[in-house]
Amino acid sequence: MLGTPKSRPVYRNLNLFRDLPSYRLPPAGMVSILHRVSGAALFLMMPFLLYLFDRSLVSEISYTRFQNLFGLWYVKLLLSGLIWAYLHHFVAGIRHLLMDMHYGLGKRQGRRSALMVFAISLPLSALLILKIWGVF
Amino acid sequence: MSGQRENIGPKRLVVGAHYGFKDWLSQRFTALVMAIFTIVLLVAFLFGQKTGYEGWAGLFAQTWMKILTLVAFACLMYHAWVGMRDIWMDYVKSTALRLSLQMLTIVWLIACLAYAGQTLLKV
Repeated sequence: MLGTPKSRPVYRNLNLFRDLPSYRLPPAGMVSILHRVSGAALFLMMPFLLYLFDRSLVSEISYTRFQNLFGLWYVKLLLSGLIWAYLHHFVAGIRHLLMDMHYGLGKRQGRRSALMVFAISLPLSALLILKIWGVF
Repeated sequence: MSGQRENIGPKRLVVGAHYGFKDWLSQRFTALVMAIFTIVLLVAFLFGQKTGYEGWAGLFAQTWMKILTLVAFACLMYHAWVGMRDIWMDYVKSTALRLSLQMLTIVWLIACLAYAGQTLLKV
Protein backbone atom coordinates (compact mmCIF):
# COMPACT_ATOMS: atom_id res chain seq x y z
CA MET A 1 0.00 0.00 0.00
CA LEU A 2 1.41 3.32 -1.00
CA GLY A 3 0.72 6.12 1.46
CA THR A 4 1.89 9.67 1.22
CA PRO A 5 5.71 9.72 1.26
CA LYS A 6 7.21 10.51 4.63
CA SER A 7 8.46 14.06 4.70
CA ARG A 8 12.23 14.16 5.03
CA PRO A 9 14.26 16.97 6.53
CA VAL A 10 15.47 19.39 3.92
CA TYR A 11 18.85 21.02 4.38
CA ARG A 12 19.33 24.38 2.80
CA ASN A 13 21.58 27.40 3.22
CA LEU A 14 20.92 29.82 6.04
CA ASN A 15 18.58 32.61 5.18
CA LEU A 16 19.43 35.93 6.79
CA PHE A 17 15.84 36.83 7.63
CA ARG A 18 14.17 33.43 8.07
CA ASP A 19 16.83 31.55 10.01
CA LEU A 20 19.21 33.88 11.76
CA PRO A 21 16.85 35.24 14.45
CA SER A 22 16.22 31.71 15.72
CA TYR A 23 19.62 30.22 14.92
CA ARG A 24 21.57 29.05 17.98
CA LEU A 25 25.12 29.81 16.90
CA PRO A 26 27.74 28.17 19.17
CA PRO A 27 30.51 30.38 20.64
CA ALA A 28 33.02 29.17 18.02
CA GLY A 29 30.57 30.21 15.30
CA MET A 30 30.15 33.61 16.92
CA VAL A 31 33.92 34.11 17.00
CA SER A 32 34.12 33.04 13.37
CA ILE A 33 31.44 35.32 11.94
CA LEU A 34 32.65 38.23 14.09
CA HIS A 35 36.18 37.61 12.82
CA ARG A 36 34.81 38.17 9.33
CA VAL A 37 32.68 41.17 10.31
CA SER A 38 35.56 42.84 12.17
CA GLY A 39 37.92 42.22 9.26
CA ALA A 40 35.49 43.74 6.78
CA ALA A 41 34.96 46.76 9.06
CA LEU A 42 38.71 47.34 9.34
CA PHE A 43 39.03 47.01 5.55
CA LEU A 44 36.29 49.59 4.92
CA MET A 45 37.62 52.04 7.52
CA MET A 46 41.27 51.64 6.49
CA PRO A 47 41.50 55.02 4.67
CA PHE A 48 40.13 56.79 7.75
CA LEU A 49 42.60 55.03 10.05
CA LEU A 50 45.46 55.85 7.69
CA TYR A 51 44.29 59.47 7.61
CA LEU A 52 44.48 59.58 11.42
CA PHE A 53 47.93 57.95 11.23
CA ASP A 54 49.00 60.59 8.69
CA ARG A 55 47.72 63.52 10.78
CA SER A 56 49.36 62.14 13.94
CA LEU A 57 52.79 62.04 12.30
CA VAL A 58 53.34 64.73 9.68
CA SER A 59 53.85 67.81 11.89
CA GLU A 60 53.02 69.34 15.24
CA ILE A 61 50.20 71.28 13.61
CA SER A 62 48.70 68.13 12.09
CA TYR A 63 49.17 66.43 15.46
CA THR A 64 46.99 69.09 17.06
CA ARG A 65 44.42 68.46 14.35
CA PHE A 66 44.64 64.75 15.16
CA GLN A 67 43.99 65.50 18.82
CA ASN A 68 41.01 67.70 17.91
CA LEU A 69 39.59 64.89 15.77
CA PHE A 70 39.87 62.62 18.78
CA GLY A 71 37.67 65.02 20.71
CA LEU A 72 34.68 64.62 18.38
CA TRP A 73 32.05 62.26 19.74
CA TYR A 74 31.34 60.56 16.41
CA VAL A 75 35.04 59.94 15.80
CA LYS A 76 35.23 58.43 19.29
CA LEU A 77 32.20 56.29 18.54
CA LEU A 78 33.72 55.06 15.28
CA LEU A 79 37.05 54.39 16.97
CA SER A 80 35.28 52.52 19.78
CA GLY A 81 33.90 50.12 17.20
CA LEU A 82 37.24 49.80 15.44
CA ILE A 83 39.09 49.18 18.72
CA TRP A 84 36.80 46.23 19.33
CA ALA A 85 37.19 45.09 15.70
CA TYR A 86 40.99 45.18 15.93
CA LEU A 87 41.15 43.35 19.24
CA HIS A 88 38.60 40.72 18.30
CA HIS A 89 40.31 40.11 14.96
CA PHE A 90 43.71 39.92 16.71
CA VAL A 91 42.69 37.48 19.46
CA ALA A 92 40.51 35.34 17.18
CA GLY A 93 43.42 35.29 14.72
CA ILE A 94 45.78 33.96 17.40
CA ARG A 95 43.20 31.23 18.11
CA HIS A 96 43.25 30.47 14.37
CA LEU A 97 47.04 30.20 14.33
CA LEU A 98 47.06 27.91 17.37
CA MET A 99 44.43 25.67 15.78
CA ASP A 100 46.49 25.58 12.58
CA MET A 101 49.30 24.18 14.72
CA HIS A 102 46.76 21.54 15.91
CA TYR A 103 46.22 22.96 19.39
CA GLY A 104 42.72 22.63 20.81
CA LEU A 105 41.01 21.08 17.80
CA GLY A 106 38.43 19.12 19.80
CA LYS A 107 34.82 20.17 20.10
CA ARG A 108 35.06 21.03 23.79
CA GLN A 109 38.45 22.78 23.48
CA GLY A 110 37.13 24.73 20.50
CA ARG A 111 34.23 25.98 22.56
CA ARG A 112 36.51 26.86 25.45
CA SER A 113 39.00 28.76 23.32
CA ALA A 114 36.13 30.61 21.62
CA LEU A 115 34.85 31.76 25.02
CA MET A 116 38.42 32.67 25.91
CA VAL A 117 38.61 34.93 22.84
CA PHE A 118 35.62 36.90 24.16
CA ALA A 119 37.00 36.85 27.70
CA ILE A 120 40.19 38.52 26.47
CA SER A 121 38.99 40.81 23.67
CA LEU A 122 35.89 42.25 25.35
CA PRO A 123 37.45 43.50 28.65
CA LEU A 124 40.49 44.80 26.74
CA SER A 125 38.21 46.67 24.32
CA ALA A 126 36.16 48.04 27.21
CA LEU A 127 39.33 49.28 28.89
CA LEU A 128 40.59 51.11 25.79
CA ILE A 129 37.16 52.46 24.89
CA LEU A 130 36.64 53.87 28.39
CA LYS A 131 40.12 55.40 28.07
CA ILE A 132 39.35 57.27 24.84
CA TRP A 133 36.05 58.53 26.29
CA GLY A 134 38.08 59.93 29.17
CA VAL A 135 36.47 57.87 31.94
CA PHE A 136 39.88 57.46 33.54
CA MET B 1 33.46 5.83 -21.11
CA SER B 2 37.15 4.92 -21.34
CA GLY B 3 38.06 8.51 -20.52
CA GLN B 4 36.43 8.22 -17.10
CA ARG B 5 38.24 5.01 -16.23
CA GLU B 6 41.61 6.57 -16.98
CA ASN B 7 40.82 9.50 -14.68
CA ILE B 8 41.51 7.64 -11.40
CA GLY B 9 44.41 7.18 -9.02
CA PRO B 10 47.70 8.83 -9.93
CA LYS B 11 46.33 9.51 -13.41
CA ARG B 12 43.53 11.64 -11.95
CA LEU B 13 43.26 14.97 -13.71
CA VAL B 14 43.75 17.67 -11.08
CA VAL B 15 42.27 21.00 -11.98
CA GLY B 16 42.08 24.33 -10.21
CA ALA B 17 44.27 27.37 -9.90
CA HIS B 18 46.24 25.98 -6.89
CA TYR B 19 45.99 29.21 -4.94
CA GLY B 20 44.06 27.73 -2.01
CA PHE B 21 47.12 26.65 -0.04
CA LYS B 22 49.20 29.64 -1.10
CA ASP B 23 46.48 32.03 0.11
CA TRP B 24 45.99 30.13 3.34
CA LEU B 25 49.71 30.19 4.11
CA SER B 26 50.26 33.82 3.12
CA GLN B 27 47.30 34.94 5.20
CA ARG B 28 48.88 33.29 8.25
CA PHE B 29 52.37 34.60 7.53
CA THR B 30 51.17 38.17 6.98
CA ALA B 31 49.15 37.91 10.20
CA LEU B 32 52.31 36.96 12.05
CA VAL B 33 54.21 39.99 10.67
CA MET B 34 51.35 42.30 11.70
CA ALA B 35 51.19 40.76 15.18
CA ILE B 36 54.93 41.36 15.63
CA PHE B 37 54.50 44.95 14.41
CA THR B 38 51.66 45.48 16.90
CA ILE B 39 53.80 44.21 19.76
CA VAL B 40 56.82 46.32 18.72
CA LEU B 41 54.58 49.39 18.47
CA LEU B 42 53.03 48.69 21.86
CA VAL B 43 56.40 48.20 23.57
CA ALA B 44 57.88 51.33 21.94
CA PHE B 45 54.79 53.32 22.91
CA LEU B 46 54.64 52.12 26.51
CA PHE B 47 58.36 52.33 27.25
CA GLY B 48 59.25 55.40 25.17
CA GLN B 49 61.15 58.17 26.95
CA LYS B 50 59.36 61.07 25.27
CA THR B 51 55.62 61.51 25.15
CA GLY B 52 53.27 63.42 22.84
CA TYR B 53 54.16 64.35 19.28
CA GLU B 54 57.93 64.24 19.87
CA GLY B 55 57.91 60.66 21.10
CA TRP B 56 55.40 59.41 18.53
CA ALA B 57 57.02 61.05 15.48
CA GLY B 58 60.49 60.27 16.83
CA LEU B 59 59.63 56.59 16.77
CA PHE B 60 58.50 56.67 13.14
CA ALA B 61 61.40 58.91 12.07
CA GLN B 62 63.84 56.04 12.54
CA THR B 63 64.66 54.08 9.39
CA TRP B 64 64.13 50.63 10.94
CA MET B 65 60.64 51.63 12.12
CA LYS B 66 59.77 53.09 8.71
CA ILE B 67 60.80 49.85 7.02
CA LEU B 68 59.01 47.67 9.58
CA THR B 69 55.86 49.80 9.27
CA LEU B 70 55.87 49.64 5.48
CA VAL B 71 56.43 45.87 5.55
CA ALA B 72 53.59 45.47 8.07
CA PHE B 73 51.29 47.64 5.93
CA ALA B 74 52.17 45.68 2.79
CA CYS B 75 51.36 42.49 4.70
CA LEU B 76 48.11 44.06 5.85
CA MET B 77 47.08 44.76 2.25
CA TYR B 78 47.84 41.21 1.12
CA HIS B 79 46.07 39.80 4.18
CA ALA B 80 43.02 41.96 3.53
CA TRP B 81 43.02 40.95 -0.13
CA VAL B 82 42.80 37.24 0.75
CA GLY B 83 40.07 37.91 3.31
CA MET B 84 37.99 40.24 1.16
CA ARG B 85 38.26 37.90 -1.81
CA ASP B 86 36.91 35.11 0.42
CA ILE B 87 34.00 37.33 1.42
CA TRP B 88 33.14 38.26 -2.18
CA MET B 89 33.44 34.60 -3.27
CA ASP B 90 31.11 33.48 -0.46
CA TYR B 91 28.34 36.02 -0.81
CA VAL B 92 28.35 37.51 -4.31
CA LYS B 93 26.90 35.04 -6.81
CA SER B 94 27.00 37.24 -9.92
CA THR B 95 30.35 36.79 -11.66
CA ALA B 96 30.35 40.28 -13.16
CA LEU B 97 29.62 41.94 -9.82
CA ARG B 98 32.08 39.73 -7.93
CA LEU B 99 34.95 40.42 -10.32
CA SER B 100 34.18 44.14 -10.25
CA LEU B 101 34.25 44.12 -6.45
CA GLN B 102 37.51 42.20 -6.47
CA MET B 103 39.09 44.72 -8.82
CA LEU B 104 37.83 47.59 -6.66
CA THR B 105 39.33 45.84 -3.63
CA ILE B 106 42.74 45.67 -5.30
CA VAL B 107 42.63 49.36 -6.25
CA TRP B 108 41.42 50.27 -2.74
CA LEU B 109 44.26 48.36 -1.08
CA ILE B 110 47.00 49.65 -3.38
CA ALA B 111 45.73 53.21 -2.84
CA CYS B 112 45.83 52.66 0.92
CA LEU B 113 49.41 51.37 0.74
CA ALA B 114 50.49 54.32 -1.42
CA TYR B 115 48.90 56.74 1.06
CA ALA B 116 50.64 55.07 4.01
CA GLY B 117 53.94 55.14 2.10
CA GLN B 118 53.79 58.87 1.47
CA THR B 119 52.88 59.46 5.14
CA LEU B 120 56.05 57.62 6.17
CA LEU B 121 58.13 59.70 3.73
CA LYS B 122 56.94 62.90 5.41
CA VAL B 123 57.97 61.99 8.95
